[in-house]
Amino acid sequence: MKGGTALGRALGRGSARNGVHHWWVQRVSAVALVPLSLWFLLSLLALPGFDYASVTTFIGAPWHAVLLCLFIGTVTWHSQLGVQVVIEDYVHGHGTKVASLLLVQFAHGLVAAAGLFAVLKIAFTAS
Amino acid sequence: MPVRPLSPHATVYRLGYTMVLSFLHRSSGVALAAGLLLLACWLMAAASGPAAYARVTAFLGHGLFQVVLGGWLVAFVFHFGAGIRHLCWDAGYGFERPQARRSARVLVVAVVLVAALLVYLFFCPAGVRS
Repeated sequence: MKGGTALGRALGRGSARNGVHHWWVQRVSAVALVPLSLWFLLSLLALPGFDYASVTTFIGAPWHAVLLCLFIGTVTWHSQLGVQVVIEDYVHGHGTKVASLLLVQFAHGLVAAAGLFAVLKIAFTAS
Repeated sequence: MPVRPLSPHATVYRLGYTMVLSFLHRSSGVALAAGLLLLACWLMAAASGPAAYARVTAFLGHGLFQVVLGGWLVAFVFHFGAGIRHLCWDAGYGFERPQARRSARVLVVAVVLVAALLVYLFFCPAGVRS
């Protein structure tokens, strides 16, 4: 990077047009997670036990399954955005940065897919 | 890559407790992200049937893992409380230094109380709720 003023270097490159998108989605998911995570935690507390029957009965109830799907989708999204920022701030080598960002993104995709699939399977096969 | 300042410079500032809280917010978030893997394993085990579920819960019932689960519970309480504080700031409230220091103290006290209560409710009464 050489020559010109800071303004001169920035002019003409155009706007990426998504300056605050990441920040905004992080906040929207945070707001959604306030009731969702609270509901999840209190539901776990209210379970009669963590045995197979109690847990699958809880997950399989229609509204529970819907709220769990919303919770899983929102929490993995929020988590992906948050961990991404931490990596961008603290992992400095270009190669390691890209590699760890990819790894984190794929891992979050896996968690979301597995979590949603598990909830739907329990909900659709529960008697 | 151009050589330019990378944020945040964690080592050049005098350590203050508002800064420690900010740091803890990030670390608890990363810890909770790792906990999501466990949540997915637990749900997949429940979806796979009683035998798979029994194997996973036997593993989670192990003493060492109970400590880890307790840690995640505390991390969740902290991240939840600190997150609400951050949302207030984003909405434009409480960002003056005295206000931020006061909310930091309120946060720490609230987190300690709520986390202690939740750890008690989850782990103590029966000892079999694992």
